[in-house]
Amino acid sequence: MGWARKILRVDLSKGTCKSEPLNMEWAQQYLGQRGLATKYFVEEVDPKVDPLSPANKLIMATGPLTGTMASTGGRYSVITKGALTGAIACSNSGGYIGAELKMAGWDMIIFEGKSPKPVYLSIQDDVAELRDAAHLWGKTTWDTEEIIKSSHHDPQVRVCSIGRAGENGVLYACIVNDLHRAAGRSGVGTVMGSKNLKAVAVRGTVGVSGIRDFKAFMTATTAAKKVLADNAVTGQGLPTYGTQVLMNVINEMGALPTRNAKEVQFEGARKISAEAMHEKRLSDGKANLVTNAACFGCTIACGRISQVDKNHWSVVNSPKYWGATGGLEYEAAWSLGAADGVDDLDALTVANMICNEDGFDPITFGATVGAVMELYTMGVLTKEQIGIEAPFGSAQALLEIAHMTAEGRGFGKEMGLGSARLTAKYGHPELSMSVKGQEFPAYDPRGIQGMGLTYATSNRGACHLRSYTVASEVLGIPVKTDPLVTEGKPALVMAFQDATAAFDSSGTCIFTTFAWSLVDLAPQIDAACEGGEAGWSVERLAELGARIWNMERLFNNAAGFTAKDDDLPTRLKTEPAQTGPAKGLVSGIDKMVPEYYKLRGWDTAGVPDKETLARLGL
Amino acid sequence: MQKSLHIDPSKCTGCLQCEMACSYENHGVFNIAKSRIKVFNFEHEGRKVPYTCTQCAEAWCLNACPVDAIRIDAATGAKIVHEDVCVGCKVCTIACPFGTINYVADSGKVQKCDLCGGDPACVTACPTAAITYVDADWTGLDKMRQWAGKTNTQPRASA
Repeated sequence: MGWARKILRVDLSKGTCKSEPLNMEWAQQYLGQRGLATKYFVEEVDPKVDPLSPANKLIMATGPLTGTMASTGGRYSVITKGALTGAIACSNSGGYIGAELKMAGWDMIIFEGKSPKPVYLSIQDDVAELRDAAHLWGKTTWDTEEIIKSSHHDPQVRVCSIGRAGENGVLYACIVNDLHRAAGRSGVGTVMGSKNLKAVAVRGTVGVSGIRDFKAFMTATTAAKKVLADNAVTGQGLPTYGTQVLMNVINEMGALPTRNAKEVQFEGARKISAEAMHEKRLSDGKANLVTNAACFGCTIACGRISQVDKNHWSVVNSPKYWGATGGLEYEAAWSLGAADGVDDLDALTVANMICNEDGFDPITFGATVGAVMELYTMGVLTKEQIGIEAPFGSAQALLEIAHMTAEGRGFGKEMGLGSARLTAKYGHPELSMSVKGQEFPAYDPRGIQGMGLTYATSNRGACHLRSYTVASEVLGIPVKTDPLVTEGKPALVMAFQDATAAFDSSGTCIFTTFAWSLVDLAPQIDAACEGGEAGWSVERLAELGARIWNMERLFNNAAGFTAKDDDLPTRLKTEPAQTGPAKGLVSGIDKMVPEYYKLRGWDTAGVPDKETLARLGL
Repeated sequence: MQKSLHIDPSKCTGCLQCEMACSYENHGVFNIAKSRIKVFNFEHEGRKVPYTCTQCAEAWCLNACPVDAIRIDAATGAKIVHEDVCVGCKVCTIACPFGTINYVADSGKVQKCDLCGGDPACVTACPTAAITYVDADWTGLDKMRQWAGKTNTQPRASA
């Protein structure tokens, strides 16, 4: 079965927690996690809803492989209407809490309404209750986890929570679990905060027993683990260097958006790279990287555990940042580093810690700092307004702005708007490097053309994790394509989008797809889950992915998004790359979108036609 | 040859595959709450440490048991809880200096690592060889080799 077959519905307005059977008919069409939770969401929520109103709902969902021995089987997703974007939001996190929720016997939690006062949800197997969170409000995610573990007298309880950013309405607040994993993007933490829901604490001792065929499952998962171990990226590159293995590679390709995407190569890239994290610092003789770490069930272990120099100016008076904790992943190293022109590795590590500690998305935050630095350079924003001199490259400004954003003080309130609203407020909306209100991450569409289409068509706003064509255009997975051309990219993006939606609905991590394809995933799903006569084939999963993609698209269309929103910032279309292999190129987005619509079976306005909907059962 | 579990915490990533394998082997379910091996996270030191019974030669649990429910498996040397004899008095959990024998409320008995009859599931499941099953008399062999490699590093004088 894979599924626990049970969902928890929490009415925050009434303060009730009720158990419901999982809709198994929908599970056959949408599998779990992203797909199944989005199905529940679009059935229950008006697309026009204000994301921060009680009428918005928030779903935390596991997949059928969550909490099993499948490698990376620990993922969970948060589905809601995004505070930052107004589009469907789906943020995925690892760590341990997803598996714990499944082991407590739940497939998902649906939160609705708004609590009259701060509360947190406590789950101990089948016992779920809302508890007062007055003592937790105003606390960081780190303190919240510690206080809950202590007051429950249970060090094994798993916690996800919002920090002060989520309480203060920072529009890109995360939900942080296990101290440094996060459902990070689109402001899912902001929605949680708007409901006065501070945290979810879970302890599960029931376990996952409903596997359709345990023997076949062990065979399938063992074979799939071997594929990961034998692959150069998942077996060696990621455990050794983490996602940061990309920093120097992407910079050399001329695809590292630098200083608010004014440039495509960063002269300081080497200093903030994976290689630099391994090197001993001159100051204290220790390396930034302490070790790698895995999320639940993961046999890749790409996570970084870092420790900064205690005498670094940014932490010398703050012992709480002296210990080892979650370190820089590639996207955060880029957003806090190259996007702002900052090359101080320890400063970036601390900025990333602050994002974890108070729960806000380092990608949107760093990209917004980049926009602020450009506005400062232009003289539109002044030292008096920001509270500190903020030229590109200032690590001091980066950290001061991070603290202000975490605490909701001074210019931090403006920072909480994200770059789209902030630049518009100061008369320069063209300086926001975003799509559908969400900032794009660490791949410049001028140097990696497929990522332009990925950003423009992503249902949750600009994002790399909806169709990571970097795998093909840079690493040659599954086949090498030329990053500088647009030809063939619409089909590539579509195939990646559909496969990714299937992976995101399974409970496994998208990073497995450096080695796995649906061919590796299907036997694991099939052994775990009842699938009727047809079983779970590669074709069925690909179609399921397309169904999910179109379902999300229909929600966004109904929410008011149109073809105009499937576009990139003007800078990427009019200001050519000045250096590197992409020199002279702009994004060819205008060529790709019409072809993409056609392949999708959408009309020229980006609306799925009747045949497409009928084919996918929508 | 007697073998024993050998744990190298520096290789542990904290994935908990060992805990799941243990619960599946012994309870037929993926349930880390039922695992006999536990991985501890020392967050601020960046260390994860798997820990379980080391099968003491003079086992405190065995000596403390009032009903002789804990016996030695001649083949593996494991101290094994015989559930049909165990009365759930928990005296062994007090006697064990390491905390590696624990009560299971569901069954009303205690449980501890039994080396899976000589083919430990945690060892098979560990993706990084942080847990291995090696010659009990030579658990230090790898470390010895490591240090041995650091001696006499001068190239031999040619004849």
